[in-house]
Amino acid sequence: MDELINKRVKEVLHGNQEAFEEIVIHFQHRLYQVCYRMLNNAAEAEDIAQEAFVRAYVNLETYDQKRKFSTWLYRIATNLCIDRIRKKKPDYYLDATVPGTEGLDMYSQIATDHQLPEEEVEKMEMKDRVQYEVNRLPDKYRTIIILRYMEDLQLQEIADILEMPLGTVKTRVHRGREALRQQMGSM
Amino acid sequence: MEKCPKHVVHYMHAFLDGEITNEEEQIMNEHLKLCEECREIFEELEQTVTLFKGVDVVEAPAGFVDGVTARLPKQMIKKGPNKWFRQHPFMVAAAMFLLLMSASFFSSFENEQQFSFTKQPNIVVEGETVVVPAGETVVGDLVVKNGDLRIEGEVDGNVTVIKGSKYMASTAVITGSSEEINEIFDWLWYKMKSVAKDIIPASKEQKLENE
Ligand SMILES: [Zn+2]
Ligand SMILES: [Zn+2]
Repeated sequence: MDELINKRVKEVLHGNQEAFEEIVIHFQHRLYQVCYRMLNNAAEAEDIAQEAFVRAYVNLETYDQKRKFSTWLYRIATNLCIDRIRKKKPDYYLDATVPGTEGLDMYSQIATDHQLPEEEVEKMEMKDRVQYEVNRLPDKYRTIIILRYMEDLQLQEIADILEMPLGTVKTRVHRGREALRQQMGSM
Repeated sequence: MEKCPKHVVHYMHAFLDGEITNEEEQIMNEHLKLCEECREIFEELEQTVTLFKGVDVVEAPAGFVDGVTARLPKQMIKKGPNKWFRQHPFMVAAAMFLLLMSASFFSSFENEQQFSFTKQPNIVVEGETVVVPAGETVVGDLVVKNGDLRIEGEVDGNVTVIKGSKYMASTAVITGSSEEINEIFDWLWYKMKSVAKDIIPASKEQKLENE
């Protein structure tokens, strides 16, 4: 797969913009998911994930083809998310008027429209709970926990994405996991 | 309740990361057998991990890919500083000399905090955000300093945001180039390009950009 992606990268660098579309198609869900988990807002996640692809395209020359493309892409996206979180002002959402984009609202609508079996409701609440707890984590643990458990990445890859020593990543996974355990209390 | 050795907690995490040695695992298990408190912590950790691993994947909305394509700059990939530096060593030296001669360069990036922007007739200013409203077309270049730029309509020209962010609505269009400058290095690059533009006659600059 990595080989195919690098082939597409070379094509884009030779001026074939359509080859980039294949790259976007391949990574869209993974990148969107990271942004969604980090920003907790569908409209913002779409904006930032798209921006990440635009940046990747514009800066494609600087990508080192000896390394994994996904690592580089994740790095662009997580940096953009962290920037956005830092700048985020309350009550300010760019696309707040786009209907049906806010995950939590959608769930509550479903819940009121249809009566679901109790187990179903419990499961749904846990999903929201998981997202909520991730967002309560301190910044430095949040990104790592999302990459580790929601994107299912290896510790070394996380270290490469965040440009951190492996030891730091390990420590933060430990602390993040411990923080989550305490936040969850008795489930 | 006995005193728990601190390393037991580290072993639990090493176990969860799949990085525990046999010996460590044995020590951990011995302790868990004896200590209810640690056993409880370990179970909670495992439950937490299972829960977070098992959460449903989120997928990008329909139209995501087209949205990216629409946002790609119309011109081919811009030349980043690296390639440009390599190709035009003389221009770099000349521009660098002129820039660094002006001591105001660094201070102008670090000290200038004031929100400022290119005056264009159809833009709206909300606090420290310049807005290009939907349906409006700004003709000419747009520079925003120490503030954000939100584009809902069109900019028929180049867009530069210095120490701020650019937000693009899905309806946004920029016909020229677009950049955000937040670091001293970007600033240097930006200033060098503008100095270089002054040295090179326009027609030649055009040629340089196209090669
Ligand atoms: Zn114990
Ligand atoms: Zn530890």
